Amino acid sequence: MPAHRRGVVFQLYLRIAGYGFRRHSTYRAAALAGAFTNTIFGVLRAYVLIALWEARPGLGGYDVADAVTFCFLTQAFIGPMQVFGGTLQLAQRVRSGDVAIDLMRPASLQLWTMADDMGRAAYLFLVRSVPPTLVGAALFGITVPDSPWHWSAFGVSFVMGVLVSFGWRYLVALSTCWINDDRGVNALSVILTGFFSGMVLPLNLFPGWLGAFANAAPWAAMVQVPADVYLGTREVWGALAFQGAWAAVLLGLGAFATAGARRKVVIQGG
Amino acid sequence: MARAYVLLAWTWLRASFQYPASALIGLAVAMALYTLDVAAIWVIFGHTERLGGFTAHEVMFLYGTAGVSFGLADMLFGNVDRLGAQVRTGTFDTMLIRPVSPFVQMAVDRFTVTRFGRVLQAGVVLAIALPQLDLAWSRVWMVPVMIVCGLVIFTSVFAFGGAIQFLLTEAPEIANAFTYGGSQLTQYPMTVYGAELVRGVTFIMPLAFVNWQPALFVLDREDPLGLPHWLRFASPVAALAIALAAAALWRVGIRRYRSTGS
Repeated sequence: MPAHRRGVVFQLYLRIAGYGFRRHSTYRAAALAGAFTNTIFGVLRAYVLIALWEARPGLGGYDVADAVTFCFLTQAFIGPMQVFGGTLQLAQRVRSGDVAIDLMRPASLQLWTMADDMGRAAYLFLVRSVPPTLVGAALFGITVPDSPWHWSAFGVSFVMGVLVSFGWRYLVALSTCWINDDRGVNALSVILTGFFSGMVLPLNLFPGWLGAFANAAPWAAMVQVPADVYLGTREVWGALAFQGAWAAVLLGLGAFATAGARRKVVIQGG
Repeated sequence: MARAYVLLAWTWLRASFQYPASALIGLAVAMALYTLDVAAIWVIFGHTERLGGFTAHEVMFLYGTAGVSFGLADMLFGNVDRLGAQVRTGTFDTMLIRPVSPFVQMAVDRFTVTRFGRVLQAGVVLAIALPQLDLAWSRVWMVPVMIVCGLVIFTSVFAFGGAIQFLLTEAPEIANAFTYGGSQLTQYPMTVYGAELVRGVTFIMPLAFVNWQPALFVLDREDPLGLPHWLRFASPVAALAIALAAAALWRVGIRRYRSTGS
């Protein structure tokens, strides 16, 4: 691909990301309501974690301040990482048949959807991640990364978390091509993501083989790993390599599934 | 009103059973989802004997009673917190011209078998936790009382959540903070929460009367937070008060309602 063409393609996806951002910013009241709810739950969960860490100081390598910070970080990740199984619109488009149009476009379905989802994540980061974290900081006090290098490491890890989340949700959405009704797969995805990402409890509390599995599975890359990078309780390069590996695997599978969907897709109705 | 509710619920149930496998999978998935909360409690008690001064069985008792109350309220009336969507799409107008209370119509809309998930799952937890506690019969009578009071309180919270959506049509998720937030709050002993929060849910939004105060009686415990002893028998009063307030707010909402126009 010649250089100028590559520039045009890049601009296309950048613009789609911008549209994704704008589309979601239409629902400002809904996003603020979400931020409010995330904050309330953050407060309730923080108290439970504080009680646990007061009974067991230093548990899992965290102190009380780390545990509270972890709690508000995970609440902040709900929006951008769609931890509670926000589905891509793609699944609906597969069901309605609109995906046929998407597949005809002279652009990759996967990159198109990804750009749109990144725009969404950027908007939700501003509206649903920042406020709960600030409230958490005001009410309980949270720890803050100590250097610009640490902040940038967290920034990269956060974006990687969103990428892994997208890679997973794209596979879930595309599964609709094969099983028509995405509700079952979605529900399974919600359960797996909720529990094994670190959203319910930090994964370093999980015992034995359950902990080993949770720490190796892709969902950890969405919540637990970026939170650990923020807290400085995990070695940065290892964390990024883990997230990068899962992002590559999931996006690779996604590309593979897209190629399969091109052949497989059956337009419903009509 | 009750007759209309049962008739409509039965109609929806029959409709959902046109696809029995789908309905049952939905139920199983709902139960699995709520079991995550129990898994969290199980993991926590893998690390400590007591949380906020309460043992695993006592916390499971709190979880079970709150869960059954919330599950029943959610099953019967939880759908009223989807009012915002009905207002936005204009379907609420149709409900207003039918000869059945709009509250009942909202509550029973899409009554499918998945709605039993929460109450069944919490019922199982409660049935396991109760015998472990070795309670005296002179105290167990409070359990059904607290479940009924909890049902009334959570239903009122759902009605509140619905009523504020007459005002905040675009932001229905705000209701979740109080409904699902209330459910989350009551899963754990109040001793883990801050003193201001506990005072707030005792005297302003009486969620402490769902299970915490009556459970102090059932478990025969002093109030660790030092509130008056008689509060543990006050659940029916609290439930009545919040129910009247919620009914009043719902009425105000309906009266103010001006449709969405076009």
